[in-house]
Amino acid sequence: MGSFLEDVNKQINGVDLQNCYHCQKCSSGCPMAAAMDFKPNEIIRMVQMGQRDLLLRSSAIWLCASCETCVTRCPNAVDIPRMIDILREMSLDAGVVPHDREVIQFHESFLGTVKRGGRVNEPIMIATYKLKTGTYLKDVVVGLKMFLKGKLSLFSPRTKNRKSIRRIFSSTAKF
Amino acid sequence: MDYSYYPGCSLHSTGKEYGQSVEVVSRALGIKLHELDDWSCCGATSAHSTNFELSVALPARNLAIAEKRGLDVMIPCAACYNRFKSAQHSLAQDSDLKNNISKSLDDDYSGSAVIRSPIDIFHQDIGLESLKEKVVKKLKGLKPVSYYGCLWLRPPEICGFDDTENPIMLDEMLTSLGAESRNWSFKTDCCGGSLTISKTELVENMVGRLMRMAREAGANCLVTACPLCMANLDMRAHEDVQLPTFYFTELLALAMGLEGPENWFGLHNIDPVPLIKSLKLL
Repeated sequence: MGSFLEDVNKQINGVDLQNCYHCQKCSSGCPMAAAMDFKPNEIIRMVQMGQRDLLLRSSAIWLCASCETCVTRCPNAVDIPRMIDILREMSLDAGVVPHDREVIQFHESFLGTVKRGGRVNEPIMIATYKLKTGTYLKDVVVGLKMFLKGKLSLFSPRTKNRKSIRRIFSSTAKF
Repeated sequence: MDYSYYPGCSLHSTGKEYGQSVEVVSRALGIKLHELDDWSCCGATSAHSTNFELSVALPARNLAIAEKRGLDVMIPCAACYNRFKSAQHSLAQDSDLKNNISKSLDDDYSGSAVIRSPIDIFHQDIGLESLKEKVVKKLKGLKPVSYYGCLWLRPPEICGFDDTENPIMLDEMLTSLGAESRNWSFKTDCCGGSLTISKTELVENMVGRLMRMAREAGANCLVTACPLCMANLDMRAHEDVQLPTFYFTELLALAMGLEGPENWFGLHNIDPVPLIKSLKLL
């Protein structure tokens, strides 16, 4: 196993993080930077410095909205969104429970319905999320309005060949 | 004109009016849509945030289905479009990944499918002149700002949209419908995407800013081509800054005098009908 930086670079499989010269264009244009504990260019620097534990516990990696503004504007084409996805996977693999675990609980709820039905069933996805997070009352009014307009169908069509979906999930599963 | 069609999950639920208006407008423009046989979810943000291989394999299954028919694939959802394009890009770059993922698919994947947005298809394949000829009701008095968001555009070498920082296809289409399209600097800013459920407050701030900037630009509505942007703009803006948001296809249908707009407007959270009625467009 290589250094933390080497591990991340290998997975990025493109421009190495050493190419960043910290012009901070990424952090300046990041819509989430104000809410993050570490700004995008700081995250790059921390990977370079081997600050693995601090990063895998950070809020920033889960607050990134994947808007891809940073990589689009980066003068050196450093793929920051891909780096962040890699850190997220490392954080999950390491079993870190971050402060922003509701973001992960959302992803689990979302992918759970895809795994079962091939497509997202929004009411079931939201119900699962609420059970996981205990946020039962949040968004009830908005949800009810949508339900009454027929925008949250309990019986949305599913993929028929669910075996093919299960195969995709099992062949890409990491554990 | 024939295209394969991948509606994606949202267009059957929260983005129902988008799905219906895409289909109605396509039909009226002489476009025949062939829905992909037994399609499945693209995995969206949740897959690529947690499992890279899964985020490539889920779109690859649909791309392999699309390859069998060989038609260009219309994808109206910006998130699905982005995931399909990204998966295709990753598979073209990495032959080991392609070999691994191909093993989990029923159909052969070669990477030949051409992925298109309805914005591009209506603007380029149909063309502004033909659109203009179909207009029976000019959208006079409607002052929209075009909101493209993130996922049609970025990263540019993967998405291949007209211009990453200043896209104009939606603006030009709206102008050809007779609307008074407003220029603004927030066309490509982020709405917060799927964080709307887990980080609602952050998304409310982002949407609030978009609404305020749209007002400052003299707009009386926003126009989007993404069901995620729509959900956030329509449901996460505080009352004091709210402006109605339309799918661009709803406005195409309205200008072309097609059936449907009144029903679709009824599905919005921020009611656009008072604005439309005040302009005598309904």
